[in-house]
Amino acid sequence: MAPAGALARIRAMREPRGFGATLVLAALLPAAYAIYGLASDILRGTRIFGSNPVKAGEHFLGEWTLRFLIFTLTVTPLRQLLKWNWMARHRRTMGLFAFAYGTLHWLVYILLDIQLDLQEMVTDIIKRPYILIGSLGLLLMAPLAITSTKKMMARLGGRRWNLLHRLVYVSCVLGVIHFWMAVKADIGRPLMFALGFGALFAYRIWKWREKASALKGSPTPA
Amino acid sequence: MLIRRPNALKSSEITPEPLYLDRRAWLAAAGALAVGAFAKNAPAQDPQPVGKPYGLQPDDKPTPWTDVTTYNNFYEFGTDKSDPARYAKDFKTSPWTITVDGLAGKPGKYLLEDFIKPSTVEDRIYRHRCVEAWSMVVPWRGIPLADVIKRAEPMANAKYVAFTTLMDQKQMPGQQLGVLDWPYTEGLRLDEAQHPLALLAVGVYGRTLPNQNGAPMRLVVPWKYGFKGIKSIVKMTFTDKQPKTAWNISAPNEYGFYSNVNPAVDHPRWSQAKERRIGDFLRRPTLSFNGYSDQVASLYAGMDLKKNF
Repeated sequence: MAPAGALARIRAMREPRGFGATLVLAALLPAAYAIYGLASDILRGTRIFGSNPVKAGEHFLGEWTLRFLIFTLTVTPLRQLLKWNWMARHRRTMGLFAFAYGTLHWLVYILLDIQLDLQEMVTDIIKRPYILIGSLGLLLMAPLAITSTKKMMARLGGRRWNLLHRLVYVSCVLGVIHFWMAVKADIGRPLMFALGFGALFAYRIWKWREKASALKGSPTPA
Repeated sequence: MLIRRPNALKSSEITPEPLYLDRRAWLAAAGALAVGAFAKNAPAQDPQPVGKPYGLQPDDKPTPWTDVTTYNNFYEFGTDKSDPARYAKDFKTSPWTITVDGLAGKPGKYLLEDFIKPSTVEDRIYRHRCVEAWSMVVPWRGIPLADVIKRAEPMANAKYVAFTTLMDQKQMPGQQLGVLDWPYTEGLRLDEAQHPLALLAVGVYGRTLPNQNGAPMRLVVPWKYGFKGIKSIVKMTFTDKQPKTAWNISAPNEYGFYSNVNPAVDHPRWSQAKERRIGDFLRRPTLSFNGYSDQVASLYAGMDLKKNF
């Protein structure tokens, strides 16, 4: 059992020195691995990503997109529960990495997987809902990435910015549906992500309800 | 350098197992085909492909042993391509019993050795096309399925033959998951099964079939998608009704009973027009009946292949 003192100590924790830089470097590692592995497998015939490196690399980057979305959505609960307000500014880093990984995933699909076969791209998007759903999820992240700067935040105003950035929840849902529909039969991995996002959504719903009931209970100013 | 591919070779893989082919024939075949031409990135100790090519295209080269034995769909041992090689190591394939039943004049139970013995084991190099749009060229070793069917003396009303994989949740951990309706089942129309290209494989690359490839005996139907090639077969049943098949039960709109390779009929979730040959970067067009049209198209004369996908 954790004594109350321990929690207090955790809450009092301040941002470790170099945390931001470490986070960025760590976030770059999977991308570096993917790029090195794919290049080596395709050009030198190694099997870092196994016998079908394009597919494996594509899936690897897709899963990292979802992981970074999980990280992005974990920042706020962590900040609120542990009172780590300094975490707030790293949410943008995580979100931008989610977008970057999603873009890499999409690039591998277009360039290496279907190899710029425009006809296939068009039929894929029209006929195959999971491609459309995944593309839409990624596309919806673009305005969030564009408006992620302080300047844009100020221009939009906090209220509107917040409203716009709720789109990330749509991207998460679309991402999981995309993954779920893409697997042949084993839904184990998409299910893990669904549960992860489910928990993070549940936390927010709980928070909103708490806030709503607090508002209702408080006396209205005359 | 951060990442290095571990040396996946085990001593058991280095020792050749010329079980069914005598040494001299093995050497001759290996000499004729080998010369390192196919050995892109293949360690020297890897077995060389043996066998007579069937329906190969001019640029078809046998897929390296490492890919054939580490990139497998065999959900009984896990759904990742690398799972079967990892988790099928201790799978017990001897003694192995095969039951022949249903509408057969000569039903029976056979030890694998006795089941195979009356036939001549052949090495045949076939094209292999997975429904997931990747492909290989595999030097199989096996016996014609037609032989086995002839010996079973199917009754006049037998129209299909159904196959069943071993059910053993202890040895096949994948069967503990509800991914498919276990045990795996497959089936062919009797005339398909009697086609001379249909093979019961007991080996690959001149060696005994590795566990991850469906040991001790699997079906190979080169003009159909790979999942029709049911693995670790324990039962063959002759029937007058179209048998239920595992993937068709799982997703009837995606995996038909026939599942003939057909570039004109897309899988609902991806195109089947092209395929990626394992080891290649650029994709190649998929051929009708996987390149075996001349031999098998007549089996389906007059059939709507879009409807009977």
